[in-house]
Amino acid sequence: MTPLSFFNRLARLTITSGKQFAHDPLTLVGTLIVALFIFLAIFGPAIAPYDFAERAGPPRQAPTWAYPFGTDNLGRDVFSRVIWGTREIMGLSGLGTGISVAIGLCVGLVIGYFGGLLDEIISRAFDSLLGIPALVLALVLLGTLGPSNFSIIAVIVIIYVPIITRVIRSATLNVRDSGYIEAAKLRGESILYILFREILPSVLPALAVEAALRFSYAIFLTASLGFLGLGVQPPSPDWGRMIGESRNFMRLLPWMMAFPAAAIALLVIGINLFADGLRKILRYEGQDV
Amino acid sequence: MSDIQPVIAAHNLSVDYRLNKVWLNAVRDITLHINPLQIHGLVGESGSGKSTLALALMNYLAANGRISSGEVLLEGDDLTQKSVNEMRQIWGSKISLVPQDALSSLNPSYTIGNQIAEVFQHHAKTRINTRQLVIDMLRRVGIADPEVVAQRYPHQLSGGMQQRVTIAMALITQPRLLVLDEPTTALDVTTQAVILDLFRDLIRDHNAAGLYVSHDLGVVAQLCDDVTVMYAGEIMESASVETLFKRPTHPYTAGLLASLPKPTQDTETRLPTMPGVQPSLADRPAGCVFAPRCPIALQLCADQKPALEIMRDGHTIRCHRWREIDAGEISPLHDIDEKITSERPPDIDYIMTAEGMHKYFDENTLWDRITRRKDRYVHAVDDADLRIRARSTLGLVGESGSGKTTLARIIVGLETADSGKMHLLEKSLANHLSARSRDLLRELQMVFQNPNDTLNPYHTVGQALARTIRRLSDKPISKQQVQERVIDLLKSVRLSADYADRYPEELSGGEKQRVAIARAFAANPALVVADEPTSALDVSVQAVILNLLKDLRAQEGASYLLISHDLAAVAYLADWIAVMYLGQIVEVGDTEDVYDAPSHPYTEALVSAIPEPDPTLKRKQIRLDGDIPSARNIPPGCRFHTRCPRYLGDICKTKAPPWRDAGDGHLIRCHIEIDELIRLQSAEEAGTV
Amino acid sequence: MARFILRRLLLLLVTLFVTSMIVFALTQLLPGDVARLILGREAGEQALINLRAELGLNDPIPVQYIKWLSGFIVGDWGVAFGPGRPEILPLVAERLGNSLRLAFFALALSIPLGILLGLAAGLKPGGIIDGIVSIFSLSVVGLPEFVTGLVLINIFAIQLDILPASASTTEANLIEWIRRLLLPAITATLVLLGYIARMTRAGVIDEMRKPYVRMATLKGLPRRTIIFKHVLRNALLPTITIIAISFGWLIGGIVIIESVFSYNGIGRLIIDAVGRKDIPLLQAVVMVVVVFYALASLVADLLYAALNPRIRLE
Repeated sequence: MTPLSFFNRLARLTITSGKQFAHDPLTLVGTLIVALFIFLAIFGPAIAPYDFAERAGPPRQAPTWAYPFGTDNLGRDVFSRVIWGTREIMGLSGLGTGISVAIGLCVGLVIGYFGGLLDEIISRAFDSLLGIPALVLALVLLGTLGPSNFSIIAVIVIIYVPIITRVIRSATLNVRDSGYIEAAKLRGESILYILFREILPSVLPALAVEAALRFSYAIFLTASLGFLGLGVQPPSPDWGRMIGESRNFMRLLPWMMAFPAAAIALLVIGINLFADGLRKILRYEGQDV
Repeated sequence: MSDIQPVIAAHNLSVDYRLNKVWLNAVRDITLHINPLQIHGLVGESGSGKSTLALALMNYLAANGRISSGEVLLEGDDLTQKSVNEMRQIWGSKISLVPQDALSSLNPSYTIGNQIAEVFQHHAKTRINTRQLVIDMLRRVGIADPEVVAQRYPHQLSGGMQQRVTIAMALITQPRLLVLDEPTTALDVTTQAVILDLFRDLIRDHNAAGLYVSHDLGVVAQLCDDVTVMYAGEIMESASVETLFKRPTHPYTAGLLASLPKPTQDTETRLPTMPGVQPSLADRPAGCVFAPRCPIALQLCADQKPALEIMRDGHTIRCHRWREIDAGEISPLHDIDEKITSERPPDIDYIMTAEGMHKYFDENTLWDRITRRKDRYVHAVDDADLRIRARSTLGLVGESGSGKTTLARIIVGLETADSGKMHLLEKSLANHLSARSRDLLRELQMVFQNPNDTLNPYHTVGQALARTIRRLSDKPISKQQVQERVIDLLKSVRLSADYADRYPEELSGGEKQRVAIARAFAANPALVVADEPTSALDVSVQAVILNLLKDLRAQEGASYLLISHDLAAVAYLADWIAVMYLGQIVEVGDTEDVYDAPSHPYTEALVSAIPEPDPTLKRKQIRLDGDIPSARNIPPGCRFHTRCPRYLGDICKTKAPPWRDAGDGHLIRCHIEIDELIRLQSAEEAGTV
Repeated sequence: MARFILRRLLLLLVTLFVTSMIVFALTQLLPGDVARLILGREAGEQALINLRAELGLNDPIPVQYIKWLSGFIVGDWGVAFGPGRPEILPLVAERLGNSLRLAFFALALSIPLGILLGLAAGLKPGGIIDGIVSIFSLSVVGLPEFVTGLVLINIFAIQLDILPASASTTEANLIEWIRRLLLPAITATLVLLGYIARMTRAGVIDEMRKPYVRMATLKGLPRRTIIFKHVLRNALLPTITIIAISFGWLIGGIVIIESVFSYNGIGRLIIDAVGRKDIPLLQAVVMVVVVFYALASLVADLLYAALNPRIRLE
C-alpha cells in the first residue's frame, strides 16, 4: 500500500465532509468563525490599525469609526489589541493543544494496544494527575515555572496529555481485537505498522473531535490565567488580562470589557460548533472525559 | 375456510418508513391469520421485513413508521384504529412479546420478580402481593429455584434463564397471542432445544396462539404449525409446515430450502445457491420483488407484481408461474453446478498436530494478588489434542464456553498457549506468534467470524489483498505481479476486478467474507482456520460461502480447521469432526461416525438438539439439563458428568474417563465402553423413531 | 458491596498518595530560597542557616516528603509565610468552609434544575425545551466564568444596585448571607446547569433507545411509569459521575469566581499562596482540594454502585 492511498481516502473524506459542512448551517457558521480567527491570527498585525502598546488616541474614547472598539484608559486602541491578542491566544492554545495531541496520541495508542502493567501504571499516574483540578494544577505550575509563554504551553500540555491519552486509549481498545488487526498480526506486521497504519485511521475521528474541544478549553484556560494576572505578561495584549484590567472601569468604559469578552465567546462557540459538526460527520459518539 | 375466529388476522396490511424525508414501503399487502392454539412461523432473511410485520401486528411501530393501509384484527377488533393509550390496555395483557435479546430487554436495575409482577399488577389493576404468582410462573417456565431467581437481577442469569424469564413475563397475564421475535437466536443449540419444547407446551397450556419470527428454517419446521415466507417486505408463500417443507412451490422458498447444508451430502456436492442479494428498502423492484434473483423469471415478472393467490385451502403464494411449478412442468430451482472434483483428494498424513495444549486466562486482579486469593483462572483450553490431515477439513464443534475458539486462536498464534507442542508441516510451530518464521506464517491463515470488522474500513479491498500478498510472498514480487494476483484472488472468490477499488463499507456482509477468504488464500496456505465464517450471514449467502470454501480447498489443496456451533454446516464441509467440551476434546472421528452411534453422550445430545428443516423427522429427544459449567470451576472426574444423560455413578465424578477406540480413528472419551454405547444408543433410536 | 467499598477506599488512598507526591514535587520546584523568602532581604547568614535547619530544608528530599506527608496527615501543617505568619490549619479550615458553602449553594441550585431540564430535553429531542437547553449550554460554553460574573455584577450590582458586588462576609444574618452569595452562586450555576442538563439529556436519549424501554411499552405500562421508574433511574447513572466531575470543575471555577467577587475562599488562598511563593500553605491548600475532589468521586462511585446492581452484586 502506498502512502498515497491513505491520503486519497483522506481527500475523499474531506470532500464529502466539505459538502456535509456546507449543508449544516450551524457547522458552517462554526467553520467560518474559526477560519476568521485563524486569518486574524496570521494576518492580524497587518490589519490592525495600531500597535498593541501604542497610545493611539485620546483615552476613554467610546467606539467610533476611527476606534471601532473604543480606546482604553491609557488611550490604546481596543480593536487593535483584540486583533493582536488573537495571535497570542490562538498561538499559545494551539501550540499547547498540538503538542498534547501528539504526545497523547502516541501514549494512548501504545498503552491501549499493549495493555498490561505499563497501561496500569501510566493510567493510574495520569488519573492521579487528573485528581488535581485543572486550574489549580495550572496555578501551581505557573507558580513553579513563573509566568511566561513557555509556562502556559507547559501547563496546557501537562493538563491535556492525560485526557487525550485516555480518549485515544479507549478508541484503540475499541478496535484492538478486530479481525483486521489480527489479520495484520498473522501476516507478521510490525508494531509500528499496526499502530499507525491499521489503528490510527480508526482513532482519527475521536482525535479530531477531542483536539477541537481541547483547543477551546485551552483558550478558556489561557484567558482565565490572563484574567488572574498569571498568564501572558504585559504589555502583550491578552484577552483575559484585558478583561481583568477593565474591571475598575466597568461602569464608565464597558467597551473595554465587552469586546475582548465577545471575542472569547465567539471563538469558543465557533470551535464548539465546528467540533459538533465534526462529530456528526465523522459519526463519532464521543464520551466526555 | 373454517368458522373458528382467528386470534389475529391481518388484511392487506402495509407499513411504511420515513427515511431521508421519503416514505418507503417496508411491508406490503400482508394477509395472514393465526387460529387459537396454532403457532405460526414467519420466516425470512435479514431485511425481509419480518420483524417490522410482527411489531405491526401488535400495532407497534418505530417513530418513523406508519401503517399505510389494511387492518389488523385481534379477535375481530381492529387494532389499527386504536390510539397508543388504548393499545397500552392490550399490550402485555392480550398480546405479549418475547424479545430477541432477553438481557437488553430486561431493565438492569430491577429484580426479575419486580419486572414480572409489574405487568400483572398493571393489567389486573391490583397492588396485591403477586409474589406467589410470580414464583409459580417462574416454575412453569422450568426454573428450578424460582424463589431465588425472583430476587436476582438480569445480569446474574445465564442467557437461557434470561429467555425463560421473558417468557414468564409474557405469559403471566394469560395473553391471547404471543409474538416471539427470534427468541432463541442468541442461544446454544442445546439450550434452544429446551426452550423450544417449553414454547410448544406453554402456548398449548395457556390456550394462546403464537407468532414465531425466525430466520432459522429448522426451528420453524420443528415448532410451527403453519409458516409464512417473507422476502423484501412481501409474503412469498404461506402454508402448513408439512406442505411447505415437503413441496415448496415458490422459487424463493424452494431455493432457500435447497441452500441449507445437509449432513448427508458428501463432500463433493455443491449447494444450490441464489445469485444476488435481497434488495434494500429504497431499491425494491417494481414487479415481482424476487424476479431479479429468480431462475424462472419472465418479462411479465419484471413488469407486473403478482397477486397473493390461494393455491388450495391454507396454501397461498405470490408467483406468476405457480401453476406450471405445481403441475411439475418447470423446476423452481437453479441448475446445480457439476460436482466438485478435487485434483488432490484428502491425505492420511497429518499436516498439523497439537498435543497437550493448555491455556489459562488469569483473571486475578492486582487485589487478588495482594490478598493471595489467586484462584480466578479460566481454564479455556485444558489438555486438548488436535490433528489435522492434509487437504482435509476438521470441524471443531461445541457450545459457547467450550474453548473451541481459544484452541483455534492458539493454533494460529493469536493466543499464546501456556503449554503444549504444535507442529505444522512437520516443523515445530512456536506458541508465540512472534517466534514463528515468515515461512510458517504463510502456511497458516485465518478467516474471522464478524464480517464487519474483518477488513480495515480505511483500506480498499485491493490494498488489503496487495499488502498480504507482498508481506507473505516468499520471493521479491513486482507491482505488476501483485496486481495480477489481486485480480486472480478476487476471481477465485467470484468477485469482479473492480472490487479492488472498493472500501469495505461498500460491500455486503457476504462479499466482505469473500474478500476475507481471498486474503487468507493470498499466499497458498497449507491450513486455513475459519472461526464461524458463516454465522453472521443469511442462509442464502451462507451457501455461497460454503461452496466457495469447498471449491478453494479442491483447487488449492489447503486444509481447514472449521469452528462452528452449526453442526449442519460443519457436517457439510468437514471430513473429520472433533467435539469439545470445557476445554477438552471428548470425541473425534470422521463425520459420519461422529453423527451415528456410538458417540459421546455429549455429542449425542448436540446432534439431537439440531432442529432439522423437516417437520416429519422427529429425532430422539435428548435434552441437557442446565448450562455448561463455568470454565473457572471445572467439575472433577468426567467434566460432563454434571449434565450427562448417561451418567453411570461415582466413577464419572471422581475419575477422568479413558479414550475408547471405536475403530478408524474414531475416539470417544467416556467411562462407558464402546459396545455398551452402541447398545444404549441404537436401542433408543429404534424405540423412538 | 463491602468488598467493593474496601477496594474503592484502597484505590483512593493509592491515588491520593501518588497525587501527594506530584504536589510535593511540583511545589519543591518553586524557585528561590525559602528561608530568604521568609526572613526577607536583610536577614543575616546565621539566621538563614538556623531557619533552614528548623524547617528541615537540609534533609534529603524523600525525608522532607515523608516529614511533610506525616505532618499533613496528623494535622501539623505548620505556619504560612504571609503577614503575621498565621497557623495554616485554622486558616485553611476557615477558607474551606467559605468555599464549601458557596459550592453547595451552587450545586443545590444546579443539580435539580439541570436534571429536570435534561430530562425534558431528552424526552423530546428537537422540541422547544431541547432547543432552549442547547442554545443555553452553547452560550454558557462560550463565556468564561469571569465574564459571566462581571456581567452579572454590572447588571445587578452596578446598574440595578440590588445585590452586593462583593461577596465577602464578615458577620451576616441568613438573608444577608444569601444576598451576598447569590451572584457568585448563580455564576457557578450557569455553567454547571448547562453541563448537567446536557449530560442528563444524553443519558435519557441513550436509555430511551434501549430494548428494555420498548419491552416496557409492549408490556402496556403507562408512559410515566416507563419514564420515572424505568428510564430515569438508569439515565441518572452517568449523570452522577458527571456531577462528581463538575465538583472538580467547581473547585477550579471557584478560584475565578472568588477572585471576581472578592470572596475569601480557598481559591483566593491558592492565588495568594502562589503569588507569595508560600510553599507550606500552597502544599496544604492543594492537598485539601485534592482530598475533597477525591472524596467527591468516591461518593459518586458508591452512589453509582448502590444504584447499579451490575456493580453492587459483582
